[in-house]
Amino acid sequence: MNKTLAILGWGTVAVLGAVAVGAVAVRRGEPINALWLVVAATCCYALGYRFYSKFIATRILALDGLRATPAERLENGRDFLVTNKWVVFGHHFAAIAGPGPLVGPVLAAQFGYLPGTMWVLAGAVFAGCVQDFVILLFSVRRDGKSLTEMAKDEIGRVGGFVAYVAVIAILIILLGVAALIVVNALKASPWGTFTIAMTMPIALLMGVYLRRIRPGKVLEVSGLGFVLVLAAIWGGQYVSQNAALARMFTFSAPTLAILIMIYGFAASALPVWLLLAPRDYLSTFVKLGTIALLGVGIVALHPTLHMPALTRFVDGTGPVFAGKIFPFAFITIACGAISGFHALISSGTTPKLIARETETRMVGYGAMMCESAVAVMAIIAACVMQPGIYFAINSPAAIVGQAPATAAATISSWGFPVTAADMQALAHAVGEQTLYNRTGGAPAFAVGMAHIFSHSLGGETLMALWYHFAIMFEALFILTILDAGTRVARFMVQDALGHVYEPLGRTSWYPSILATSGLIVAAWGYFLWQGVKDPLGGINSLWPLFGIANQLLATVALCVATTIIIKTDRIKHRAKYAAVTLVPLAWLVAVTFTASWHKMFDPNPRVGFLAQARALSAGPATGVTGRLIFNNRLDAAVTGILVVMVTLVLVESLRQWWGILSGAREARVKESPFVRTRLVEEQG
Amino acid sequence: MKRVREGTRVFAATLFATLREIFDEAAYARFLSRAGTVSSRAEYAAFRREFEDAKVRRPKCC
Repeated sequence: MNKTLAILGWGTVAVLGAVAVGAVAVRRGEPINALWLVVAATCCYALGYRFYSKFIATRILALDGLRATPAERLENGRDFLVTNKWVVFGHHFAAIAGPGPLVGPVLAAQFGYLPGTMWVLAGAVFAGCVQDFVILLFSVRRDGKSLTEMAKDEIGRVGGFVAYVAVIAILIILLGVAALIVVNALKASPWGTFTIAMTMPIALLMGVYLRRIRPGKVLEVSGLGFVLVLAAIWGGQYVSQNAALARMFTFSAPTLAILIMIYGFAASALPVWLLLAPRDYLSTFVKLGTIALLGVGIVALHPTLHMPALTRFVDGTGPVFAGKIFPFAFITIACGAISGFHALISSGTTPKLIARETETRMVGYGAMMCESAVAVMAIIAACVMQPGIYFAINSPAAIVGQAPATAAATISSWGFPVTAADMQALAHAVGEQTLYNRTGGAPAFAVGMAHIFSHSLGGETLMALWYHFAIMFEALFILTILDAGTRVARFMVQDALGHVYEPLGRTSWYPSILATSGLIVAAWGYFLWQGVKDPLGGINSLWPLFGIANQLLATVALCVATTIIIKTDRIKHRAKYAAVTLVPLAWLVAVTFTASWHKMFDPNPRVGFLAQARALSAGPATGVTGRLIFNNRLDAAVTGILVVMVTLVLVESLRQWWGILSGAREARVKESPFVRTRLVEEQG
Repeated sequence: MKRVREGTRVFAATLFATLREIFDEAAYARFLSRAGTVSSRAEYAAFRREFEDAKVRRPKCC
């Protein structure tokens, strides 16, 4: 009876999912309701989790509930700790959820809602969730080793070295792009800048409260900080309406870039936990709350998507970023589908908290499903806007023109009608002077989110408050990533330099702290400055670079996973199962290598870095031409170096696989020995 | 009705435990338990010092 009910229930989910995906995929020419995307996503995730992840868990990974995990064997009350699975799930999700699944889908919406939705659903179920799950499990079976350590152990020294360099490269590019998103969201926005500036004294106040008044009461003080932030957002409107105050908080993009670089250096080099730790808590509090609220808002309002399923820009001529749907849609959306960065978290804190191997499925596969759901929400937020408005916000001035009337006319000529009056009314409604040329994805997401919130909570009068709430929410956690990322990169560089000269490795030696912090900030600051000065808005060149770097790291992670599966399955004569990681790996290699080729050598100056350098050389010289040419060549070189390094890992992996499968090489799995868990007896 | 009440209680307790873990309150409680002491300004400062050494190495995703 139970089996019959299960078949009927899952059969219904499958049919419903097929109908919803079909409706999303084949509907043309008329707006579609966002609930179709929600239903399609829910059914795909449910089926993926119930069947595909279970297949991987039982047939390939053979999860063993009786095997003691490092959290049990090495428990020390600090890093290694047996933790409730739901708590680990929440902790893991809070660590993997960042601006990526919000910004990438917004940018990719220039192709229409269909490509992004399909990639997010298929990418997550068959690639991203699988990567996070298997890397988490393999790390658990290796005492919580990191991805770079596993790459070194399983693929060889080249794998370990490349993974290490790729992590630093990604961090630097990511931090540069993240900072650029904040700059583009806050430039010439006194309301937004005031709100973000106010988070500094609020965080300091929280720090004092935590240290002096109620030590350790973080949840309590985070709630208090959140109320103060809401007050700052409310107060921001009066700042923007007062000429003197508005002038004080109005900054150009270069000025904001310099301020953010100073902030990043101070956050990395100075002992400023009084500021940073409370900001981190506040950012997490706001992030989790907002994501939950957005989900509720979308279901409650179930808005209509005005963006078509496919736009004319699938041909590669898009104004947001140039390049065809393949491969660029697949590198633009990373975090919502598959992100190499997640492999670092799946092999970082999380494996040290897992109580039982069987819980890796829920934590690894399940948390990535939730991240993917966030990306679906971002697609909906971007597509509820009229397409003309979406393109007016996201297109750089160099493409659509500087003057509002010219920009509106250009965008309307693409078949997406918008008028200067529409844009003026929208800017007025959200409390900004203008919303043109706000590249980077964050302002477009904020407008979409404000649209959803204001229609479900508070009405049109609260549109400006919701917009600035969304901007604050994005900027706050991007700034948290900037300070945390700069510190992580600084420690990695110090670890490496410590092998050359021992004092450089000491994390308490100030000359080393200052030098390495300066080095890291200079590196990402260079990319930020390049983006700020780029006439195409910076996102056109930097976001693809970040996407390529992130997906190349996923390639390394999947090489490690495939190598381990082949080694394990060679012993058990089931090497065919390596396909679960090999197929996504092959797809990522095709995507990232094609994208890299285009970014380096495509003859279209809007796509290829070298073509743009040539076009600039051939054109009229201005004061910045030389630097723009250098920047393009540098971006091409960075892309080329990353591709060469990942090719080395691939070749090394292929040699391993060939040797193992042909019997020439011993299939030695470097796992910790089996120890029977005592948790079962304790619970029994 | 009793099952609903019990389910709600378990859900709320798990949610609270998750938030305490995410916001490091649980880590602070473990620190105090390990040190065999009670919460104070000095203990919290010591916890932060120890915690920062580990926390700065934790990556956060994009």
